[in-house]
Amino acid sequence: MSGLRKFLDKIKPNFEEGGKFAKLHSVFDGFETFLFVPNTTSKKGSHIHDATDSKRTMIIVVLALVPALLFGMYNVGYQHFLAIGQDMGFWGTFFFGFLAVLPIILVSYIVGLGIEFIVAQIKGHEIQEGYLVTGFLIPLIVPVDTPLWMIAVATAFAVIFAKEVFGGTGMNIFNVALVTRAFLFFAYPTAMSGDTVWVRTKGAFGFGKGEVIDAFSGATPLGQVGTATGPTADIVGTLGEPLNFWDGVIGLIPGSIGETSVIAIALGAILLLVTKVASWKTMLSVFAGGAIVGAIFNWIGPDTAVAHFPWYEHLVFGGFAFGAVFMATDPVTSSRTETGKWIYGFLVGAMAITIRVLNPGYAEGMMLAILLMNAFAPLIDFYVVDANIKRRLKRKSPSNLPQGEALERS
Amino acid sequence: MGKLFSNKTKEVFVGPLNKNNPVTIQVLGICSALAVTAKLEPALVMGLSVTIIVAFANVIISLLRNTIPGRIRIIVQLVVVAALVTVVSEVLKAFAYDVSVQLSVYIGLIITNCILMGRLEAFAMSNKPWESFIDGLGNGIGYAWILIVVGFFRELLGSGTLLGYKVIPQAFYDAGYSNNGLMILPPMALILVACIIWVQRARNKELQEK
Repeated sequence: MSGLRKFLDKIKPNFEEGGKFAKLHSVFDGFETFLFVPNTTSKKGSHIHDATDSKRTMIIVVLALVPALLFGMYNVGYQHFLAIGQDMGFWGTFFFGFLAVLPIILVSYIVGLGIEFIVAQIKGHEIQEGYLVTGFLIPLIVPVDTPLWMIAVATAFAVIFAKEVFGGTGMNIFNVALVTRAFLFFAYPTAMSGDTVWVRTKGAFGFGKGEVIDAFSGATPLGQVGTATGPTADIVGTLGEPLNFWDGVIGLIPGSIGETSVIAIALGAILLLVTKVASWKTMLSVFAGGAIVGAIFNWIGPDTAVAHFPWYEHLVFGGFAFGAVFMATDPVTSSRTETGKWIYGFLVGAMAITIRVLNPGYAEGMMLAILLMNAFAPLIDFYVVDANIKRRLKRKSPSNLPQGEALERS
Repeated sequence: MGKLFSNKTKEVFVGPLNKNNPVTIQVLGICSALAVTAKLEPALVMGLSVTIIVAFANVIISLLRNTIPGRIRIIVQLVVVAALVTVVSEVLKAFAYDVSVQLSVYIGLIITNCILMGRLEAFAMSNKPWESFIDGLGNGIGYAWILIVVGFFRELLGSGTLLGYKVIPQAFYDAGYSNNGLMILPPMALILVACIIWVQRARNKELQEK
């Protein structure tokens, strides 16, 4: 450790004003603060000091995402070998998933961090750490077969137009990872929906090649329910075996890389809640909103398969749980007032199920619901604060005091 | 010729092309800029139509400016614009039917284009016909070039064609490239206009708002 510190101290002058690499100052600064806690502190103004800075917050979110990523890798391999009818054992399966997912992670980070570095350089400020989480989220919310260049284009678009133009980390109105996905979804719909993109049927770097077996069907459970023509739909897995609630909880089903397993997501949720990085109010109210609206549609909804889809299954299939835990709770784009969190979360859940049920074009409603509510979060906060001010003003004015009390005071 | 292209006239013509652009600076005519720019051809025709209509409406109103009673001037302006729009619409239907179908109501809606009423009120009502003509031409072209740039990128990236001709080679598609569906949707026109505004203000510091 001290060797690393010495090395950094040795090369540091090169990156300072007048040094050889002064142009790359922000890059150096970014790496230095990534490795070591900076030893300079603010000199002016009053500050509240806390052990967590934004780098630590971000790292905790990344750690919370690790179970979903690892499970996602395993599931990618699992679905692949089901599709080609081979059994490679646990490590072979995981290794295939690793090979399939790794390029997506690399592209996401290289493109996103590249833009962050360039912008930091142009603006002459430090590199902001927000992209650590965004870059990790993007691979988890796309289908495994999304072409890498599409991810690169979408990431560049989202980082520039959803984040940097608003002023960078902490200033964005919309969740950057979801804007990436929305861009992919609207720009390249054939690569983001349907029943051929969720399970990788070709090999990864020459590994795990094979012919797809006849029984294979690669549609996601929600995709099957959404496209069903009758009033009920039997959801099936990759080999046509029927799926139930518990399959959704465990998550060995086709879907975006990190979204399938509720257990893996729950592990992340526990970490986020214990460290208080995410708000339990938002998380709980998203599930409550989804459950209530889902139940209402079950009870008096239209006569379609997706309206009859049980409310508890709505919560475990598709991106609902992932969105509720990692996306809706994003502290930058969600409501900040405590009452606002309840309202915001509830409406995210309610909108997600409403979109799923009422719009046959969108089998999955979570992305659109969160983006929509991102736009309304400041409005919710405004009215919560406003209501608070009004309540307190009312308490103060003597005309509203009980009769006796008003007399006493006068 | 000296009188025809005095410095003032030149300024009247050049201003709307860049530093006083009706779309990117005054943010007028955005509605049609979003609606007709999914392809380059309708964008071209729309830009041309608006240019012709603004230029001639400006001339006519400028000729009439001393005889129009102030209280009914808006109605007079509307009648002039409506007449010109009808002429353009009929000409398009006769000679470029396909484009007129693509543009559908937006040709008719030129009547409500804010650029028109804006130029008539702000310029033609108080200037001579020749200057008014130049002003109309400048604003029309200022509007048109924005539409053309937006239409160019939307058609190229969204459909892989330009004016209907395929320009992105088939080899690209075979290699896995695909058209960007978002470009066809109206929001992307807004983002492209925003990009033009971005570039324009980055190059002209005096245009930046504090």
